This record gives sequence, C-alpha cells and structure tokens, in this order.
Amino acid sequence: MPRTLGSVLALGLILAPAPVAADEPPVARQQELLYRLRQDCGSCHGLTLKGGLGPALLPSALAGKSAEALAEVMLNGVKGTPMPPWGFEIAAGEALWLARRLMQGIGDEGLGDAP
Amino acid sequence: MPRNYRLPMRLAAPALVLALMLAACVAPGAGNWRGTGDLGVVVERAAGSIQIVETSGDTILAGVGGLGDLSHASVVFSRDARFAFVFGRDGGLSKVDLLTHCLVKRIVQAGNAIGGAISADGRVIAVANYEPGGVRLFAADSLEPLAEIPATYGGAKALSKVVGLVDAPGNRFVFSLYDAGEIWVADATDPRAPTLRKFGKVGRLPYDGMITPDGRYYLAGLFGEDGVALLDLWALDAGVRRILDGYGRGEEPLPVYKMPHFEGWAAAGNYLFLPAVGRHELLVVEKDSWREVARIKLQGQPVFAVTNPDGRQVWVNFAHPENGVVQVVDVATLKVVRDLTPGRAVLHIEFTPRGDQAWVSARDDDRVLVYDTRDFSVRATLPADKPSGIFFTARAARIGQ
Repeated sequence: MPRTLGSVLALGLILAPAPVAADEPPVARQQELLYRLRQDCGSCHGLTLKGGLGPALLPSALAGKSAEALAEVMLNGVKGTPMPPWGFEIAAGEALWLARRLMQGIGDEGLGDAP
Repeated sequence: MPRNYRLPMRLAAPALVLALMLAACVAPGAGNWRGTGDLGVVVERAAGSIQIVETSGDTILAGVGGLGDLSHASVVFSRDARFAFVFGRDGGLSKVDLLTHCLVKRIVQAGNAIGGAISADGRVIAVANYEPGGVRLFAADSLEPLAEIPATYGGAKALSKVVGLVDAPGNRFVFSLYDAGEIWVADATDPRAPTLRKFGKVGRLPYDGMITPDGRYYLAGLFGEDGVALLDLWALDAGVRRILDGYGRGEEPLPVYKMPHFEGWAAAGNYLFLPAVGRHELLVVEKDSWREVARIKLQGQPVFAVTNPDGRQVWVNFAHPENGVVQVVDVATLKVVRDLTPGRAVLHIEFTPRGDQAWVSARDDDRVLVYDTRDFSVRATLPADKPSGIFFTARAARIGQ
C-alpha cells in the first residue's frame, strides 16, 4: 500500500545524519536503498542483517573493515561466492553511503512500505 | 475484516503483542466446526506474522503475530493438517493452531535457521540451522528438544551451514552441508538417537536440495559448479552421483541476484524442471535417465519453478530485478505460454491441491493474487504485509514438503 506523505516526512525527520553530507543521495533514494538492503540483500544477509547464507552486516560484524572496501564488494561482488555485483543499479557514491550507514547501524530503517 | 494484528510488532510492547495474540484466538465449538483441507498460511516476512487463509472463498480468516523474523520463513503441517509449524530466520519455531488461530507454542531453537521438515510419522520436527550449523530435532506435540546433529566436517572446529533439509520415507531426514559439500541422511526412527549416513565430496557449495515427490531421489544444487548431486535413497550404497555435469557448457554464469529454491523444483510426469543457476533458463530433465531433454528460455533468472498438481503447467518466478513477472510454461509443448504481472517483487507461488487456483505473493505491493489457472483471470486480491511464502495444508500429505 502507498506510504502517506506524512509518514514519508516523519521518516525523513528521524533519519540519523550520515557522516559525509556531500555524498548523500536524495532522501527518497536513501529510503529506496535502505528498503532494497533489507528486502533484497536480506535474502542472503537476513532481514535483520544478522546473516544467512551470506555474512552478518551488523556494525559489530563490520568493525575494522573500511567503508571503501565494503562499497567495492557491493559494486563488484566477490568472485567464487554467491555475492553478486550490484553496480548495475547502485552508483559508487551510493554504495559508499550505504557502507557507512551499515557500519553505523541502520536501526529500524528500510522496514516500512516499498518506496 | 479486523487488521489490527498488522500493528508493527517491533514497535509494540510485548504485553500488547500478547493481548493481540490472545484476542485473535477463537474458541472451538458449535458453529466453528470446519475442516482444514482448504486452509493455508501466508507469511508476512517483515511483520513477523502469518495470515490463515482459506481457498474455497479466497478469504483471510485470521492473523497470528509475534513470530519473530520471518524473512525466508517456511512452513510444514502436522499430519492431521490442523497445526502449522513456522520456521523463522531467527531460529524461531512456532506452532500455530489453524482452527483456533492460536499460537500454541514458540521456541527460539538456534541463532539463525533456514527451514525445516516433519517426519513421515508426524512426530518429529527437524530444523536446519546456519548458526550453530546443524540439524535439531523436536517433538511435534510439545516442541521439546529431542536430539542435536552438529554439522561437523573435515576435523574443523567450525560447523557447516545446513541447507536443503527434507523429510524422506522411513522417518528419515536428508540435508546438505553448504560449507562441507556433503549430503547426510539421518534416520530418526529413534528421534532421541538418530543414526547418520554421510556422503562426502558431493560438489562445491550445495545450496539447496529437494526430494522427488515419490521420496526416492534427493537432488542438491551446487553453486559455482555446473551440475547437480543425486542420491538414490533406494540404493544408498551406490552413493552420490553427479548429473547434468557441465550444463552451462562452460559459459560464464551470470551473477545470481537470488538463489534458486529447490523446494519448488517441479516434477511433472517424467520431467523435472530445474532453475539453471546464473542463467535465464529452465532445464528440463528426464527422470531415471537424468538427461537434459530441453531447456526453456525465460525472461530472467528463475527462483521457483512450481508445477500445477495436474502436471500441465509450470509457473516460474524470478530474481531481482526481473521479479515483477511470473511466466507460465506449458508442459505439453515446453513453451512459455503466458506472462503474468502480479505486482512488484513476486516471492512465491502455491497451487491449491487440485490446481484450480494459483496464489502468488507480491511483496512490494503488499498483496496476494489468486489466479484461476484455466484462464489466468484474477479471482481475488488480498492485502498482506510484505507477503513471502504461501503454504497450503495439502502439503501435510506430501513427502518432502
């Protein structure tokens, strides 16, 4: 069902500030990316990102990794494993933003209705 | 129809969740009598709830919430088709009464789980776990733990993730070890002391498995290898053999945006329809000779290929980003005869027991469509919160489901 304008605005207001403002995708695209992360990346990494066939993507699991390396994995996949490249629909800046958000933790975001 | 159970569970206080669950229960008694043969369950993956539905009038009867993380959830039924056992990603195992709409019991049996099965005699529930890797057995009546089968391999301390768990005749369970590349057969005749038969070196990264509807052949798909591991349960001593070796003919496979599911590997007549990993194709394989007899071009990477119980059609859904389409293959001509567009992100297809209807879940449009399989008209559109798996009670009477 379509999300109401009110809840879009409400969700926008409670979004935690991302660290690099210059790289931030527009809010609507952020919500789309977080939804895809939950629902599609979640096929293998779990809806709660606790892992599945693929590894966990929670901040504790990502500690010590660089956002740039994570973005690289998102964009190009990992050969010899089921991790596919997503560069065909995620831009490099978006991948980096998503990687940083993952390392911070995304709380409840992306669990709402499809954008 | 009351939809209050769709309150987002993650935001609700536990007491409120409990109140909603209790409120959903109906007391059995005069006026409430009904059979369960036309009942089923629709999983609402993100909300952690299920809908109990019926397929005679195409309606939602009730919702049951508080079931945890139901992403990748699957369901099996008690042999009397009264209870649904729901396996959650978070290791939750829930028993739901389809008649009273009550959550009878819920346990969290592991940290990360992928599916389950019920024994032929209906007494034992088996759950396949990623964390800790292995299989755990529970009593179907009480969910009391019975036995643990850790997926140890190669002298390593780590345990393998377990996939492709199915029931087999003789109160056996068959499953694959993803990291170890092994297939194990567990005989749960004594469910507190199951006996194991292990088959090693079946191929790299078996990622899902299925058993033929007669319960004789177990097949495991391999990731990154062009081939399928086959075990004949009538001839365990013959071991695991490889079929469809090199079905990709050496071509580089496409990246896989959602792993195919073999629970839905379709068997129609003497043919099996297998989603080719990393390809826009269904492989048509002749049972017994295990040779490829045809391949059918599709519009995307197949995830489920599900046969109508009458064997005439195979319905196929797809991986992201081609997941808004369902293609219907005619078994007589081995051709795609129809493209359907049920909505965004189609996750599952389930036929009614006689095949007159196909229920299709469209996650991103929050709805389930009920198709008439004769003319592909839409009989009903039902609201559901991020619906994924759909499971009808006829599975209670089928081997491997």
